[in-house]
Amino acid sequence: MSQSARQAVLDGIRASLRRGPLPPETAAVLDTRLSRPEPNVVPAIALGDRRTLVARFLAAAEAAAATTQRVPPGEEGAAVADFLRAHALPAAVAVAADPRLDGLAAAPMLCVTRRGADHGAPTDADRVGVSHALAGLAETGTLLLASGPECPATLNMLPDVHVVVVRALDVVGGLEDGWDRLRRHAGAAPLPRTVHLVTGPSRTGDIEQTLQLGAHGPRRLHIVLIDDDPAAIRA
Amino acid sequence: MHVTSRAFHKNVRGAVADPNLRRSLATMKTGFRANRAKAAAALPEFEALRDAGAAIKDRTLAHLDHYLERFEARVEESGGQVHWARDGDEACRAVLDICRAHAARMVTKGKSMVAEEIALNAALEAAGIQPVETDLGEYIIQLRGEVPSHIIAPAIHVRKHQVADSFRENHPQFPADRPLEEPRDLLDEARAVLRDRFLTADVGITGANMLVAETGSTIIVTNEGNGDLTQLLPRVHIVVTSIEKVVPTLEDAATVLRLLARSATGQPMASYTTLSTGPRRPGDADGPEHFHVVLLDNGRSRMLGTEFRDALRCIRCAACINHCPIYGAVGGHAYGSVYPGPIGSVITPALASLEDAAALPNASTLCGRCEAVCPMRIPLPRMLRNWREHEVARRLAPARVRWGLRLWSFAARRPALYRAGTGLVARLLVRLGGRRGRLARAPLAGAWTRVRDLPAPPAGGTFMDQVRIKQSKARDGR
Repeated sequence: MSQSARQAVLDGIRASLRRGPLPPETAAVLDTRLSRPEPNVVPAIALGDRRTLVARFLAAAEAAAATTQRVPPGEEGAAVADFLRAHALPAAVAVAADPRLDGLAAAPMLCVTRRGADHGAPTDADRVGVSHALAGLAETGTLLLASGPECPATLNMLPDVHVVVVRALDVVGGLEDGWDRLRRHAGAAPLPRTVHLVTGPSRTGDIEQTLQLGAHGPRRLHIVLIDDDPAAIRA
Repeated sequence: MHVTSRAFHKNVRGAVADPNLRRSLATMKTGFRANRAKAAAALPEFEALRDAGAAIKDRTLAHLDHYLERFEARVEESGGQVHWARDGDEACRAVLDICRAHAARMVTKGKSMVAEEIALNAALEAAGIQPVETDLGEYIIQLRGEVPSHIIAPAIHVRKHQVADSFRENHPQFPADRPLEEPRDLLDEARAVLRDRFLTADVGITGANMLVAETGSTIIVTNEGNGDLTQLLPRVHIVVTSIEKVVPTLEDAATVLRLLARSATGQPMASYTTLSTGPRRPGDADGPEHFHVVLLDNGRSRMLGTEFRDALRCIRCAACINHCPIYGAVGGHAYGSVYPGPIGSVITPALASLEDAAALPNASTLCGRCEAVCPMRIPLPRMLRNWREHEVARRLAPARVRWGLRLWSFAARRPALYRAGTGLVARLLVRLGGRRGRLARAPLAGAWTRVRDLPAPPAGGTFMDQVRIKQSKARDGR
C-alpha cells in the first residue's frame, strides 16, 4: 500500500504543478538552500547588546509567568534551595545527570536524586525537576532544552515544579541564534530526539477561556540565570 | 471526510436559540480578538513577517514533492518511518497497523485536527483500541461524544457547569459531593485522571503544526504539555499530519512560529514548542522507541492545482474563525465540518465535495475581516466567491437563486434599465413602508423579514437620483 500511495501522492502533486519530477539542477539548488539556511525577517527584539539581551530574556520569561533569579556562578544550588523554601516546596529534587548541574547537585541543603544516564528515567513521583538549558532566547523569554542521555526530556514535563538553569553566556537573541546553538550541539548527527522550547509554565484556556496555569505539564517554571557573562552583568 | 453541512440552515436555527452557546461565543470576541490585536501591535515587524510567511509557504508549495521527499529521507536517517496516505481510510489503516504491531490496547492523543478529519477515534474504537484525548478541550468533548467546535479551542461551546456534569458522570472514583464549580477544580481533576493515562498508554498519537525538511523534525505548538507527555511516555509515537505542513528549514519554521501563537491566542510563544526527530537515541533514558509519521493527502494535492492553492498556506491558527461574524453568531458545530469558519468554508468543499458543503461558502458576509487577520494572507473572501461561482455554474444553487442572479446580471449590464428598475422598486418600498418607514414583510425578502423589519429606502429616490439632485443644486448655487 505505502509504496503505491507514496507514488500516487507525489504524482498528484506534480500533476497539479503541471510538471514531472524536478530536474536535477533545480533539486540541487533547493538542496543547497536546505544545507545553508538563511534567516527571513528577524524582529528587533531578537537583537541587542549582551546586557540588553539578558535583561530582555528575563523580562519576557516573567511576562510568560515564569519566575526568575540571577545568581553568581557557583551559587545555583543555594538559589534553588532558597526558592524551594520560599514556596514551601520539598527539598527533594530530581536533577538531570548533566555534568553542568554537578555543582548544584552537591549543594548541602538539597536532597538530590539524579535522572538520566545510569540513574534511570524521571518518574511521576519527581515533584521538582532541575534541568540545564542549551540556550535562552531573549526574543520571547524562551528556554531551549535538548534531550540526550544526561538530559531526559520527561524531566521537563512530569514534575509539578520545573527549575531550569541557564548561563548568561548561553542567552542569545532570537530563534535563529537558538537554531545555530542547536546545530552546533548536534554536529553531523540528526537533531536530539526532543527539543523543547519552553516559554513559561503549562497552561490552558479550555474551560470558558479562563487562563489557568498548571495544566498537564509543570505548574511552575523557575529560571536560575548564572551570571557568567561579564558583558551582561548590570552596572 | 465526514461532512454534515447540508443541515447548515437547520443547525443555525438551533445554534442561535442556544443561550449557552451565545455566552461561550461572547467570551471569544473579547478574548481571542483583543489578544491577537495586542500581540500584533506589539511587534513592529508583524506585517513583514506575514509577507515572509506567505512567501515561504508559496515557495514550499511550488516544490512540495521535493520537500516531502527530503523530509522523508531525514526522518528515516534519524530512525523513524514515514507512511503516505491518499485518503483518510489509508491514514487510519496505517495508524491501526502500527498499533496492532505493538499490541496496543490504549492510546493517548494530543490535539490533532488531521486526526479529526480522518475520524481516527472511530477507527481505533472499531478495532478495539481505546483512544484517550489528553488536551483538556478535546477530553471534554470526547466525554460529551462531540466533535470540536473550534480548531484551537475545541470545547469553546461548553460552559463550565456542563464540564462539571460530564466529570461527575465519568469519574466515579471521586467523591460525588466534591466541589467542581471553579475552572481550577475541573483542571486539577482532569490532570489527575489523565496523568495515569499518560503513564500507561501503549502508543501516543499527536498531530504536527509543521514538518521540517532540513532536519526531519515534526513540530507541535501547545500550551498544556499534554502533547509532550503523549509522545514521550509510551513506547511508540505516531505523528498524524498532512502534506502541506512541511517547511524547508528551521529558519522558515521560526517565521511561522512568530506568527502562529500571536495570531491564535496572542502569546508571543506558546508554552511549549516541541521538535521531535526520530525515536530515542542510544543511551537516552526516555522518549519513544519507535517514531512514525503518517502523511495525509486527502484532496490536498488536487487543491494545489486549483484557484484554492493559497488556502494550503493555512497554519490553522484560527484567527479567521475568531474574527468571523458568522462563526461568532452560530459557533462551529453548525458548519457540519471539523473545519469551521472562513477557512473551513474554503477547504471543506475542496476536501469533501461542493455538493455536500455548498451552504458553507454562502455562510459569509464577505466582510473581509478573515483576510485582514490571516497571518498567511490567504484571500479567503475571494475563494468564498469562487466557490459560489462554482455552485452556480454547476447548478448546485437553488433554481430561484440562479434565476435571480441571471435576472440581476441581465439588468446590471443595462444601466438605463437598471436605474429605471431600482427607481421603481425604491418608490414602491417607500410607499409600502408608509409612515413607519419600515416593512414587516416584503416580496422575495421573507428570510430577512422573518426575524426583523426591512427599512424602507429614504424618500427622495435612489442613490443615483440623490447624487444627481445634489450635483444640480451645487451647480445652481455656484
